[in-house]
Amino acid sequence: MLERRDVVAKLLKDRDNAVVISGLGSPTYDVAAVSPSDRNYYLWGAMGGAAMMGFGLALARADLHVIVITGDGEALMGMGSLATIGANQPGNLSIVVLDNEHYGETGMQQSHLGMGVDLCAVALACGFSQACSVTTEAELTTAASSFHETGITKFLQVKVSPESPPRVMPTRDAVENKITFLQALSADPVSLDTNKT
Amino acid sequence: MSSINWQQAVYDVIKSGGIDLIGYVPDAGHATLINTAKADDAMHDVVMTTEEEGIPLCAGAWLGGMRSLLLMQSSGVGNCVNMLSLQRSARMPMVILVTMRGEYAEFNPWQIPMGSTTQAVLELCGFKVERVESEGEAAETVQAAIDFAFNSNVGVAVLLSQKMLGRKKWVE
Repeated sequence: MLERRDVVAKLLKDRDNAVVISGLGSPTYDVAAVSPSDRNYYLWGAMGGAAMMGFGLALARADLHVIVITGDGEALMGMGSLATIGANQPGNLSIVVLDNEHYGETGMQQSHLGMGVDLCAVALACGFSQACSVTTEAELTTAASSFHETGITKFLQVKVSPESPPRVMPTRDAVENKITFLQALSADPVSLDTNKT
Repeated sequence: MSSINWQQAVYDVIKSGGIDLIGYVPDAGHATLINTAKADDAMHDVVMTTEEEGIPLCAGAWLGGMRSLLLMQSSGVGNCVNMLSLQRSARMPMVILVTMRGEYAEFNPWQIPMGSTTQAVLELCGFKVERVESEGEAAETVQAAIDFAFNSNVGVAVLLSQKMLGRKKWVE
């Protein structure tokens, strides 16, 4: 079975200037552990909002690959946003669901995805140009090889082991994260609207 | 002033305020704004399945340098409550235009519980709230909300009163 941090490391290895939004709980620790960057925005709350936050960022910065890395529980809480994103087809947005079929942060209670619900089929039905379920190392290698190619709205559901690696905790201060993120992006060769007075 | 005119005046200040993205859950009171946004090639318009999607949508857009604004009915404010922690925790600028239900000449009693708590809910969540009672003050208030939010990194909601919007027409 795939290990969550190996999955995140492989997908983000060649991230270049891509930006990452991490869903609360383990995905935030995973991204902080294997791909720390000022171009990450780590959510510690707003459950169900990671995909939409990525979508907003993808609309604002069409020049960047925007990657959302979240868990199955978080993605389920924002399942309607798959319809909203699918209806708009942002070609620079990729959503990765690390699916351990459990709510890891609250004591490993079983989630719907371990009870017969197929989230990948939902994404496909919502119009994601590429929606696939990844369960093996070979499938992961294939998915990773084209992961940073933009032009299509991607949804990757990756089945991972329900193990909890040691917590690696980035800042919990949302303002601090906002400032470092904005500073990192302000170095990009585009004009930023946020400083408009 | 006809209803079309005040909504056009509001759209004009949205444009001059640098807003490039409007997220909405449809409401009859916002219909003109929604149609105008959809007809404007320079405006991103995003119809959402629930109002709470709009909070991270705006937050993400702003992190990328784009100003946005949300349209919803008072019932939708209740759908946003936990997600508003994103605005407050990160001190993100955010503007929400809310069409009120559950007040003047309301036909549907199911609108009353949320309509009567909308302003208090927003204020409890840290939003600054302005209420618009007449068409003539709508555009100026929305302009002030945009300036306030983006200059001071606060969440601002503008409540458009049901008395101003008029009785809901059940048959066109």
